[in-house]
Amino acid sequence: MSVADIKNLTADQVAVGDELPRLVVPVSATTVVLGALASRDWRPMHHDRDFAINRNGMKDIFINTPNNAAWFERYITDWTGPRGRLGRMKFRMSSSVFPGDEMVMSGTVEKISTDDTGCCWLDLSVAVSVDGEVSTSCQTRVAIPNDENDNPWSRKADQWKP
Amino acid sequence: MPDEIPEIPQEVLDLIGKPLYREETGFDIEMGYVYNTLAAVQNGNPLYWDKSVALELAGAQIAPPTMLSVWFRPHYWSPGFEGERTALQTHFDMKRMLELPEAVISGNENIFGAPVKIGDTLTTCQVLKSVSEIKQTKVGLGRFWVIDVETVNQDGEHVGTDSYTCLGFRRPAQ
Repeated sequence: MSVADIKNLTADQVAVGDELPRLVVPVSATTVVLGALASRDWRPMHHDRDFAINRNGMKDIFINTPNNAAWFERYITDWTGPRGRLGRMKFRMSSSVFPGDEMVMSGTVEKISTDDTGCCWLDLSVAVSVDGEVSTSCQTRVAIPNDENDNPWSRKADQWKP
Repeated sequence: MPDEIPEIPQEVLDLIGKPLYREETGFDIEMGYVYNTLAAVQNGNPLYWDKSVALELAGAQIAPPTMLSVWFRPHYWSPGFEGERTALQTHFDMKRMLELPEAVISGNENIFGAPVKIGDTLTTCQVLKSVSEIKQTKVGLGRFWVIDVETVNQDGEHVGTDSYTCLGFRRPAQ
């Protein structure tokens, strides 16, 4: 695959208030366990239903925070394309996501700015919701190219100010 | 201050700002875990799946930034260790030293620096940034503390900071 063939979001294609396309993910026990083990989180509440219910008092096993972050990253870079480079993520966890839930990911562009190195930043508000209730919200900054010749991944040292 | 929760001990105040639990990754950063993470969230980003794209955009094969904490979680078991091994040891130290038996992570912020490349060796340390006065919260009386996990690569480049806001508390009956 050539980089030139890959669609990337550039600064001129985005505006404050733009909404990211929603992503709907049906969650199964496999979703939860795959995510926990991929993130090397061996705690039993993420793979042992008996422990989650009878020891932790939860409804079921539930998605762990590092895997939640991986879902957010996938959601954001699906939208930006591979030149999108995450700078910062801040999470607020309200409730858990369980097998049988339908996880809905949504997001809005809150701010567009250019720092003193010329890097274009988008401040996004993204969220995971289940049954219309926000489970986890995330304020994030992602760098996108100014134009087709720009590449945030090439920024090093003091040229990268997340 | 309520009688049941003591003042912040001097030994805790002395820890603020000091690097603790400096630790090197137990294995070089490798692609197998990256593929597991990508598969778990069905992330098809060619930056990670296509080596030629990675080389052109990032100059090397790299790991997704949100995997930063993955590289420091201990193996479930390894020779010579017994019992459960915990990440973020400073958090458990605070629970013990502040005599707050319950604790939750109430907030988490990640800042991503230089990309983590396949083959990198990373070093981390935990820094206690602050401990709050006693607060009355919905779950009980307790304190908040903030721990930064700072990570550098083998060249000393900052690759990320994982900042945790924790709430240690006692339930009303405790």
